Amino acid sequence: MAKNPKHRDLFPGALEAMILQSLRLRPMHGYALVKHIKRVSEDLLQVEEGSLYPALQRMLREGWLKAEEGVSAKGRPTRIYRLTAAGERHLEQEVVSLERMFAGITRVLAVAKA
Amino acid sequence: MTGFRRLLGRGRRYEDLSVSILEHIEERTDELMDEGLPRAEAEQRARREFGNVALIEERSREQWQWAAAERLLADLRLALRRLGRSPGFAATVLLTLAIGIGANVAVFSVVNSVILKPLPYPDSGRLAALWLDAPGGGLANFTDGLELSPSMYFTFRDHNRTFQSIGIWTRSLANVTGIAVPEEVKAAAVSGGVLETLGVPPALGRWFTAGDQDPHGADTVLLSYGYWQRRFGGDRGVIGRSIQVDSVTREIVGVMPRGFKMVDYDFDLMVPLAFDRAHLKMAPFGYQGIGRLKPGVTLAEADSDIARLIPVWMDSWSNGPGTNPHYYRVWRIAPHFRTLKQQVIGNMGGVLWVVMATVGLVMLIACMNVANLLLVRAEGRQQELAIRAALGAGRGRIARELLIESVMLGLMGGALAVGVAYAGLRLLGSAGPAELPRLSEISLDGWSLLFTLALSVLSGFLFGSIPAVKYAWSRSSLAMGGAMREVSRTASAGRTHQRSRDVLVVGQVAMALVLLVSALLMIRTFAALRNVDPGFADAAHIQTMRIWIPDLLAQDPVMVTRTENEIADRIASIPGVTGAGFAGAVPMDGVDPNWDQVIVEHRNYAGGVPPIRLYNYVSPGFFRAMGTRFVAGRDYTWADIYGMRPAVIVSENFARDTWGSAQAAIGKRLRTFEGQPWYQVVGVVEDVHVHGVDEAAPVIIYWPAMLADPYSRTPAIRASRAVAFAIHSDRAGQANFIEQVKQVVWSVNGNLPVAQIETMGEIYGQSMARTSFTLVMLAIAGAMALLLGIIGIYGVISYAVSQRTREIGIRLALGAQKGGLQWLFVRSALALTGVGVGVGLGAAAVLMQLMRSLLFGVSPVDLFTYVTIPALLLGCAAVASYLPARRAAAVDPVVALRAE
Repeated sequence: MAKNPKHRDLFPGALEAMILQSLRLRPMHGYALVKHIKRVSEDLLQVEEGSLYPALQRMLREGWLKAEEGVSAKGRPTRIYRLTAAGERHLEQEVVSLERMFAGITRVLAVAKA
Repeated sequence: MTGFRRLLGRGRRYEDLSVSILEHIEERTDELMDEGLPRAEAEQRARREFGNVALIEERSREQWQWAAAERLLADLRLALRRLGRSPGFAATVLLTLAIGIGANVAVFSVVNSVILKPLPYPDSGRLAALWLDAPGGGLANFTDGLELSPSMYFTFRDHNRTFQSIGIWTRSLANVTGIAVPEEVKAAAVSGGVLETLGVPPALGRWFTAGDQDPHGADTVLLSYGYWQRRFGGDRGVIGRSIQVDSVTREIVGVMPRGFKMVDYDFDLMVPLAFDRAHLKMAPFGYQGIGRLKPGVTLAEADSDIARLIPVWMDSWSNGPGTNPHYYRVWRIAPHFRTLKQQVIGNMGGVLWVVMATVGLVMLIACMNVANLLLVRAEGRQQELAIRAALGAGRGRIARELLIESVMLGLMGGALAVGVAYAGLRLLGSAGPAELPRLSEISLDGWSLLFTLALSVLSGFLFGSIPAVKYAWSRSSLAMGGAMREVSRTASAGRTHQRSRDVLVVGQVAMALVLLVSALLMIRTFAALRNVDPGFADAAHIQTMRIWIPDLLAQDPVMVTRTENEIADRIASIPGVTGAGFAGAVPMDGVDPNWDQVIVEHRNYAGGVPPIRLYNYVSPGFFRAMGTRFVAGRDYTWADIYGMRPAVIVSENFARDTWGSAQAAIGKRLRTFEGQPWYQVVGVVEDVHVHGVDEAAPVIIYWPAMLADPYSRTPAIRASRAVAFAIHSDRAGQANFIEQVKQVVWSVNGNLPVAQIETMGEIYGQSMARTSFTLVMLAIAGAMALLLGIIGIYGVISYAVSQRTREIGIRLALGAQKGGLQWLFVRSALALTGVGVGVGLGAAAVLMQLMRSLLFGVSPVDLFTYVTIPALLLGCAAVASYLPARRAAAVDPVVALRAE
């Protein structure tokens, strides 16, 4: 995925929320995760590998994910990331907070237009 | 996840991470291949799209790390590796630091143990030494203040309001008999209140009680821990046993714990003074007073409390019918208490601070040397650092790296320094001056180690900051200037960094000068002291010893004198002995037999009081054995002594002051008090510096060894029971000679142990101990400073030569003379040294004033010293720079010009 100047960078909290939600759907390995987000957002979002892996490690450290040995789509060994119970709880909080933020932004923008 | 577990599982985490990333890239590669790209191109593109793999992996790993600590650890490992690659540099630096820091730690340990640490008694801050001044009555001769009398003790004890407990004590020697070998041991005689004041409970048994201090009560004794171990093998059943002390049977009632000393006196036995209150007079003033202040009471309050009691004391006691107790009012006795610790440290405190300062200076010089070395090393890395700076390394990053290296050097040097300090302290313990108080308490403890750590880190920062600031600061100039210019063919090496090294060398030379000046001044002081005629001759061949004849061995005073006479005669008949005699004390042995007034016939003392003079009691032959010259008149004869003739010998200074000349003194008369018989001066001897050669020789009245007792109401004879023998012989000091002398003593009386057997040479040496100690310390420091300074100059010139090789080659090619070239470098070294000398002279002139009290016979701005030392330094600088200068001249111009 080449860097397309039309895409904005995701702020860190958003990236984590995306990853958690995606993994909640089903556990995935790193490459699959990137592809999933790109496909589901219909190419509106793209994840920099440079931010993905550090973010994954950070979330592993916080205890929201755990890593398991598994195989990739091509049958080669890799690590699969799975959501934990704590991760689910964090995700729920993050979603609520994000929705509130979006609601606020929408309202402010709506006023400006009128 | 706790941090600890995180650390342990890290390896697995890292593995997971790299596997994930690798697989990620592989998958993308496959995807690209599926789109039709060849494998190699697909891989390349996948990697490029991923980004900087190493960087991303590192940043991911950082999530698991405590970033700052990891960076620090990595830097440390790098620094260690780099040091390992230049072992010569590392060895030089570590050695320099080990010596510099080690010396400082050793001196700090001494200062800490002696001056800073409290005395080993509970709550020792409240202990006071009862020092009395008595400026009236000619006691200006007293350097140690007026000691207390037993009557004073009773008055002070009964009526004071400021002390919790108070007591007096004295040192003495005791004969212990009734055991295998009779021996004379060190004893401390204490009154009631002393043990309570010090407050240290006994290891075994009990303290003295009031009953033990009763003169008619039981006789008891306390043992010291050391004596208990040595003589009784640590037998716990020793309590209740009896030993003979000075022919008195005493019961052992207790043992004091290990390390307990009577203030600074390491005693073997402790006996009660057991004064008979009913028979006490006001005098004698011969006891040291100590007391424990009540909580919250200051020394000033105690001073005024006791001052109030002086008149009470004069009212309560008397020196006998017909004497006036209020006579002492003229003495103007005033308490001037000081803490016990101050008393113990005495005037060694000043010496120690001087030594600490000098060692500190040596440390600074060492740091400068190391800074110079580091600057040179950093200069060698100039290109590397310039490139790193160009690639984006922060100023702080480079500075931090340099600092880490130097702090690490400091710490490693500090670790080695602990060993050096330990060795130094062991050496001091075995060869140190006995005058150093609390010598046995000096040790390398936690404080010393803390000091080592602090000093190591501090010095690391100190010498590391110079190259760090230099190279991190001028980041831009690194790129533009020096480093890149190295590559240019037209210019020689930059001079900008030369200046900081020059400043360092100037500083080193200045400090070395100060140290060397102080060392030379001390050497001259020592020489001046040795030049003083002490009042005796051929000290190395005068053997001295002390004996004590207690009442029980010979009650009759005449018997005492006859015994001593017999001993002297028998000793004189030993082959090789050319003279023998005895007296109350030999010079410089620390004993003043007595002090009292002297009334000169026909002299009017109206309004004042006759001054107090030092007394000694001598036998015939004593002066001859000591080599003390008679300036006029004659020595005593045994007929004078046994005939109780009223003859007296005086010192030369007294004769001159009183009657104008030594000759004029013969035949004149003097006496002690009103109503006492007049004594006629029959001889005048030269002045003797009994209190050390750095003090004026006091006036001494030499009474006969046996005379009518001036202190007794009824006619009585006073004999000298405690005497020191002086024996002049070529064999003085030899073991078999000493054995012979002892046998002679025992042949006269088998129960007389012999003690304090030393030659006058040894006694003389001990009296110079404080000066010689300071001298040795300063000489060592000065030598180290000189060595370090020479190394510094050599290093600087050497480096300059290597940097300017191309320039030298050009000069030689253009026809410069080799001699001229050498002179070029030597001249620059001399110029540097000259500046350093100038700065150093100024500093020395100021600093040496602080050392005034230690100097004797030489001024702090002594011309000879201030000319010799600069000459020495310039000479050394010339030599140190000559070797590298010679190398410069030996450069082959072709080689030099070719090397790019």
